[in-house]
Amino acid sequence: MRKFLAGKWAKVFVFLLSCVPLLVLIWRGFHNDLTANPVEFLQHQTGDWTLRFLIFTLCITPFRKVLNLPELIRFRRILGLFAFFYVSLHFLTYLGPDQSFNLAGMLKDVVKRPFITVGFAAFVLLIPIAITSTAGWVRRLGGKRWQAIHRSIYLCAILGVIHYYWLVKSDVREPLFYGFLVGILLLWRFTEWLIKRRAAALAHTTAIRTF
Amino acid sequence: MLIKNKPELTYVDVTPKNLYFNRRNFLRGLSIAGAATLVGERFASILSHTGSIQANSKLATVKSNYTVEEKVTSENDVTHYNNFYEFGTDKGDPAKNAQNFRTSPWSVSVEGEVKTPRKFSMDEILKLAPLEERIYRHRCVERWSIVVPWIGYSLSTILKFVEPLPKAKYVAFQTFYDAKQMPHSYNTYVRRNSSQSGRRSGAHGHSLEVRLQKHQVHRENPFAIV
Repeated sequence: MRKFLAGKWAKVFVFLLSCVPLLVLIWRGFHNDLTANPVEFLQHQTGDWTLRFLIFTLCITPFRKVLNLPELIRFRRILGLFAFFYVSLHFLTYLGPDQSFNLAGMLKDVVKRPFITVGFAAFVLLIPIAITSTAGWVRRLGGKRWQAIHRSIYLCAILGVIHYYWLVKSDVREPLFYGFLVGILLLWRFTEWLIKRRAAALAHTTAIRTF
Repeated sequence: MLIKNKPELTYVDVTPKNLYFNRRNFLRGLSIAGAATLVGERFASILSHTGSIQANSKLATVKSNYTVEEKVTSENDVTHYNNFYEFGTDKGDPAKNAQNFRTSPWSVSVEGEVKTPRKFSMDEILKLAPLEERIYRHRCVERWSIVVPWIGYSLSTILKFVEPLPKAKYVAFQTFYDAKQMPHSYNTYVRRNSSQSGRRSGAHGHSLEVRLQKHQVHRENPFAIV
């Protein structure tokens, strides 16, 4: 398992696997299987996959720490960029069919409908994360600044869940489920942060005492 | 001082007559041209469906004045995109979970301020008057639509038959509810599908549905099941 994960084909495999949702949609398109309301179906599917890939991305660090699999870090960028890919498609299925590619009309909608406000905010927040995802940018920004930018993915995931929750008319079970998953993944990080802080504080006081 | 405003629209801007008389095609052309240039012809053809209705034992119908000359949406699409929360909240759930829903024998009971309160069996209902086939284009407020053929006759036919008394003012409908056949029957909308193609068959077999003409909103249609 660890050998495969560290091997050169693992990333190719993950990349190809991540393309599958889009390929399925294209296949369904050619077979007239996009339901009676294809626009809504495509918006919904691309939105779903955005949230899923955000969750996959947020899973990498907890999994590599808990399962002791540091090799997993290699897949974080691929998964994150696919989240951005699907959110771009999701945005296009809105900007095109719903707004006829009219940016002014879209901005009016962003102000008018709260669920679009949070959705658009999440999309805009993801853009700098996608742009600065390369090693070159890590060097240019320095570790701390880069990490600060990339930590905004937590907010993106939360906004994405709220976007979904607010758009649903009655059956909120699915958005709540995504919220639950995002909640767990963020809670894990929060707990880690608390533990580290405590450990640091203890080390500090111990150091003072020894002196 | 008289300040004249330059008119925003001039005669040059007037839509040519032949275009606005063909407005529907004009709009379809505009939107499909827009979509097609970006995602290709294929997508546009998905948006304007060709229909193909299969019938097992077709009902005999007469032509109606209430009809549109448009391509009927494919039966697969219409029967797999429904809101019937008793069968689940997913759009595809009714098709999945209503396969064993019994639509026969079916009876409709008319009671209250009528001279002859009685029960009708489905066969009797079908024989009360010549069945019209109407083709409706349903437009959702969420900017999608489908074209569906419906078979039936005006409610007034049944009402005249049962002879409402002078003091009768309203028609009230009570829907069918069977928790055993409806796995998710926990919500307030209770509506059911009717024979959209005149076919007698499982999930979308005969049941009664009253269509109220004016306020046709896809999700909140006041379908009434008697």
